[in-house]
Amino acid sequence: MAETFERVKKIVVDRLDVEESKVTMEASFKDDLEADSLDVVELVMELEDEFDMEISDEEAEKIETVGDAVNYINSIQ
Amino acid sequence: MLRGKTALVTGASRGIGKAIALELASQGAKVAVNFAGNEAKAQEVVKEIESLGGEAIKVKANVADETDVKQMIKHVIDSFGSLDILVNNAGITRDNLLMRMKEEEFDQVIDTNLKGVFLCTKGVTRQMMKQKSGRIINIASVVGVSGNPGQANYVAAKAGVIGMTKSTAKELASRNILVNAIAPGFIETDMTDQLTDEQRQGMQELIPLAKLGKGEDVAKVVRFLASQDANYITGQTIHVDGGMVM
Repeated sequence: MAETFERVKKIVVDRLDVEESKVTMEASFKDDLEADSLDVVELVMELEDEFDMEISDEEAEKIETVGDAVNYINSIQ
Repeated sequence: MLRGKTALVTGASRGIGKAIALELASQGAKVAVNFAGNEAKAQEVVKEIESLGGEAIKVKANVADETDVKQMIKHVIDSFGSLDILVNNAGITRDNLLMRMKEEEFDQVIDTNLKGVFLCTKGVTRQMMKQKSGRIINIASVVGVSGNPGQANYVAAKAGVIGMTKSTAKELASRNILVNAIAPGFIETDMTDQLTDEQRQGMQELIPLAKLGKGEDVAKVVRFLASQDANYITGQTIHVDGGMVM
C-alpha cells in the first residue's frame, strides 16, 4: 500500500512537475495538481508501464485522485 | 529527409497510398504497407521499396475493425520499434444518387473512410504521446469541401475527416503531434478509372490546370508534412487539386 503510493507519487511529481508535499491520497489530479485531461491520460499510461498492467478506458475514467489510482492498482495486484 | 523515421500507410497496396509508401521510403523512412484484401499487390509494393534499397513490411487489416487496427499497430511498433508517421489513406467508394443509396452503402463508406481514420488515429496516439512527437496525415478529398452529386456518403466521410483533423490537431498539439489533411482533387487511380468519360470530362473542365493529378503529386505533399520542414503546420487541409476548389 505505502509502497504503491510512493511509486505513484514519484511518477506524479515527475510528470506534473508539482511539489511532493502536494501529492496526497486525497489530491485530485485536475483540481489540486493542475493536470489537464491529457495529462491524466499520460499518467495512466505511465502507471500501466510502472506496474506492468493494463488499465481499461472505463477504469481510467474513474481515476480522479491519487488515492483512486493507488487503490485501483492495489485492488488488482 | 526521413531517415530513421517509421511510417504506417493505410490502403497502400495501390493508387495514392502506394505512391505515398514509395515516396516516404525513398526519403529513408521504414514503411508499413497496410492492405485489406490484396496481399499480392501489397507484397509488390514491399518488393519495390526493397529493390530501391528501402525497408518495408506489409500488414493486413480492415481499418474499420478495431481489433484488426489494434493488431496492425502493435505489429508495426513491434517490428519497427517506433511509429512516427501515420498516413490515413484507406478509402472506398459506393457511389449512388442519394435517393437510391442504400443504408449499407452509406455505412460501408463511413466505416472505412471516417471511422477507420478515428480507429487508426486513436491506435497510434499512445505511442506518439510516449515519443512526444508524431505526424498524422489524413487523405481527405476536395469533394469533402465542395460536395459532389452521387457521393453523399463519400463526401460526408471526407468532410468528417477534415473536421476530425482539426479536433485531433488541437487535442494533440501540446504533445508535439501534428495532424493535417490533404484534399486531393482528380487523381489518376483505380478509383477514378471507374468514372464514366462524361464524368471525367466534366471534372476536367473544372480544373484550372486542365489535367488530372498523379499519385506522386499527393505523395510529395505527404512527404513535406511528415518532414521537419512542416514543424509549424497543424490542423490544416492542403488542397492538391490543380486549383479545382479554392
